[in-house]
Amino acid sequence: MRGRANRFLAWLLPWPAVSALVLAVWLLLNQSLSPGQIFLGLLLALTAPRFLTTLDAPPLRIRRPWALVRLLGNVLPDIFISNYKVTRAILFSGPERQAGHVLVPLSIRSPWSLAMLACILTATPGTAWISFNPQTGLLLMHVLDLKDADELAGAITRRYERWLQQVFE
Amino acid sequence: MIAIKTLPDWAALLTAFLVLAGAALTMIGAIGLVRFRSFYERVHAPTLGATLGIGGVLLASMVYFSVSETRPVVHEILIALFVTVTTPVTMLMLTQATLYRDRAEGKAPKITDAPPLPADVITPDRTGVRQD
Repeated sequence: MRGRANRFLAWLLPWPAVSALVLAVWLLLNQSLSPGQIFLGLLLALTAPRFLTTLDAPPLRIRRPWALVRLLGNVLPDIFISNYKVTRAILFSGPERQAGHVLVPLSIRSPWSLAMLACILTATPGTAWISFNPQTGLLLMHVLDLKDADELAGAITRRYERWLQQVFE
Repeated sequence: MIAIKTLPDWAALLTAFLVLAGAALTMIGAIGLVRFRSFYERVHAPTLGATLGIGGVLLASMVYFSVSETRPVVHEILIALFVTVTTPVTMLMLTQATLYRDRAEGKAPKITDAPPLPADVITPDRTGVRQD
């Protein structure tokens, strides 16, 4: 009986974390805890994540939530610093700035960590994710001010990859 | 909009500062879009608006509405979340399309390797483009 109940639950909620998120976002958007909104939110939470199954994504497991906080603690200051740098590059652009493409080797492979790293690199002005080759593990990015490619690759590993690995892999 | 008169001075000043700072950064991003010369450089400029630009405006909205107490401040957090999650999707589509076109036209970008690498590994699998 226990196994059947579990299988029913797994069928009903293929993505429990995503379902919870959908319900929470729905209620926050509508700013209401009325039975009608809860019913609509539950309906969405039960149906919408089903479409994720067609994407063949591996199960989402957050192993160490604390590492997410550390990651955010690295990302936020970097966003401020790079906003300042890009502002300077736009307003007082000198001839010494050298933009260019770089190949950076990554050790993370989980689609969840890769997606998160793409969000981080895109949200940081001055670095742009261009394409990732899963066979070689090489990420092609574009950098607005390319001084030292090794230094950049090292910073990505130290500041982001290490923590992403602890959260998702 | 008349509620701004009932706001305490510090809150009005903070709101004004945050709105102006966010708008200024977004404006600088737009200037960058015009001033930069290549597509890949231009990709970086609007990110100013998508990060601290929108951050400033959202923070201003949070200060304004939580001090005037017309509603709780959670909407802004959701906006920030949605913007952060959706921006990379557009960026990736644009850069992939450009890379595809550049390679098809034989104008593949010059690439600096972080470590030493063989030359034939930069083909993105998903687009199926070969560089040769």
